[in-house]
Amino acid sequence: MPHASSRKLKCRRQMLDEAKTPESLVRVERLKVYFPITAGVLRRKVGDVKAVDDVSFEIVRGETLGLVGESGCGKTTVGRALIRLLDATEGSVRIDGEDITEASHSKLHRLRPRMQMIFQDPQASLNPRLTVAGIIGEPIIEHLNLSKHDRLERIYELMDAVGLSREYSNRYPHEFSGGQRQRIGIARALALNPDFVVCDEPIAALDVSIQAQVVNLLEELQDRMGLTYLFISHDLGMVRHIADRVAVMYLGRIVEVAPRDLLYEQPLHPYTEALLSAVPEADPEIEKYRQRIILEGDVPSPENPPEGCNFCSRCPKVMDICRRVEPPVTSTAPGRNVACHLYAASGDAN
Amino acid sequence: MPNSNGPLISVKNLKTVFRTRGGEVHAVNSVSFDLAQGELLGVVGESGSGKSVTMMSLIGLLPTPPAEIRSGQVMFEGSDLLTAEPRELRRIRGGKIGFVFQDPMTSLNPVFTVGFQIVEPLRRHLGLNRAAARKRAAELLELVGIPDPRRRLANFPHQFSGGMRQRVMFAIAIACEPKVLIADEPTTALDVTIQAQIIELVRDLRKNLGMAIVWITHDLGVIAGISDRVIVMYGGQIVEQGPVSEVFSDPGHPYTQALLGTVPAVRGKRIDKLKTIEGQAPVLENSPSSCSFHPRCALALERCGRELPLKMQIRGSHDAACFLAKTEMSPANA
Repeated sequence: MPHASSRKLKCRRQMLDEAKTPESLVRVERLKVYFPITAGVLRRKVGDVKAVDDVSFEIVRGETLGLVGESGCGKTTVGRALIRLLDATEGSVRIDGEDITEASHSKLHRLRPRMQMIFQDPQASLNPRLTVAGIIGEPIIEHLNLSKHDRLERIYELMDAVGLSREYSNRYPHEFSGGQRQRIGIARALALNPDFVVCDEPIAALDVSIQAQVVNLLEELQDRMGLTYLFISHDLGMVRHIADRVAVMYLGRIVEVAPRDLLYEQPLHPYTEALLSAVPEADPEIEKYRQRIILEGDVPSPENPPEGCNFCSRCPKVMDICRRVEPPVTSTAPGRNVACHLYAASGDAN
Repeated sequence: MPNSNGPLISVKNLKTVFRTRGGEVHAVNSVSFDLAQGELLGVVGESGSGKSVTMMSLIGLLPTPPAEIRSGQVMFEGSDLLTAEPRELRRIRGGKIGFVFQDPMTSLNPVFTVGFQIVEPLRRHLGLNRAAARKRAAELLELVGIPDPRRRLANFPHQFSGGMRQRVMFAIAIACEPKVLIADEPTTALDVTIQAQIIELVRDLRKNLGMAIVWITHDLGVIAGISDRVIVMYGGQIVEQGPVSEVFSDPGHPYTQALLGTVPAVRGKRIDKLKTIEGQAPVLENSPSSCSFHPRCALALERCGRELPLKMQIRGSHDAACFLAKTEMSPANA
């Protein structure tokens, strides 16, 4: 099996072969997704839940962007808006140059095969009345015009690729364990040879020993098929393992984006710092000396986020300005952006 | 921490079986362990490993049927909890042994105020009058770090956030100053920053109240940080137990070793390729007659499929149920 570093190397070499600079496959600009709050008999709109509030980032072809944050921070909403399972309120999402936020139904249908999603709960995302072959075959029927024989061949190919025995093709989802069900979901997502896959907490519902199996499979498939992933997760250890770059979200905004190693070794935003410091390590020696930053209180409601910086109500390094002015996004190094007043003035990391 | 007075709870040879339509499921198989006074015992294992069922069996919280406790002895303060009268058990539960469960929303009653639910055990177990119980309830809320406790007593569970609800659960659990607190995945449903708050709370509670805690979790990281001793469960059996620093630095059982290898670190060196444990956890239809981990074990010997490995002492109180435990894995100890 290819080593992950050689995998990245190969990826890079591929790019050089094509004589291109790293080209962004997904470009998100000022994305906003608001959900209206209605009240009264007339269901009049009285406010908005700002699930995603002005988010911009890019995903380079062949890379994995990790998107981390706590529950309710809007990471799943970003993932869904990216492949238009949700409509954006404002802003644009371009995948390989095509704006999908404005695309018509027929155009979207044409674009769908290129962008797919792997869901968190393999129990809920698989139709219990379809067999494995039926589930994996559904996108093929919808988008490709294959004969029955060719379709079955393709289904078998996919089952091989995700490590499911062909004998299982006529079984139903409930006959499988969580890890195997997730493999079915992965096979379905890959059925149409997508470029871009949103993995929404694909391992959160699985046991520890099964998580590693699924993550290794995702890496292997990325390597083989040249996939680009958005890997949404709250598991910071796993994101460090799989992602090339990491974006941290808090209350609907991206507070920091950085290459993986930089982010984990030298987090800039106070929230990233606190988040990383809160993760316990499976090593009693490290645990003895771990610096813990305990954040006070809870995440405020996205209905009514605080004035200025979203994080100001819990930030240990809060300043006066944070409570008044929304922090601008500052680039402190190539590919490294942080939205915090601490870095706004100097534009320097330390 | 070992202590002179002997263990607070001593479990011997506990077997719990579930009778289902599809046959029997042997959820807990000959589990024996001790809980010392004031210690924090971590219990780790994957879903279905029997960690929760073991702890629920101890204090008769399993519905019977379908559950059936086949054998065993649970000594607590000189009496066997498994043969205790239901009345006696009710007195112990919530009184001397407190509980916190994974999901605070489903374990709190949504139609009663939080105050009512904290006052209930105080009146029942300690016999306090209404006013005294109410006062104590406010103190308890303050102790678990809920601001404005007097006013909050009148709130319903849905008016609290997840982390706050779990704090309320802790307040109820410690209301009667129990000797033992059993916490079943108390932070699993919470976010990391909230988990950090709860862990900090437990550290404080332990320092102030000095009770013994059993912390059940699948998260090896949480265990590494807070517990004194750890029990690793697989297939309804204890495969390894010992002081937390030893078990993590020198795991004796291949399952523990593999499990530690599958968790990617946030700090320190990043590994390129995650180790996996192939296959999946067993559902035991019979009492195991061989090592239940051997089909997935990278180091399995031929005899692992035939015989049941017994507990092998590695060093002091650190032992593992594996034929390889003593001979190959810690030769320094021979």
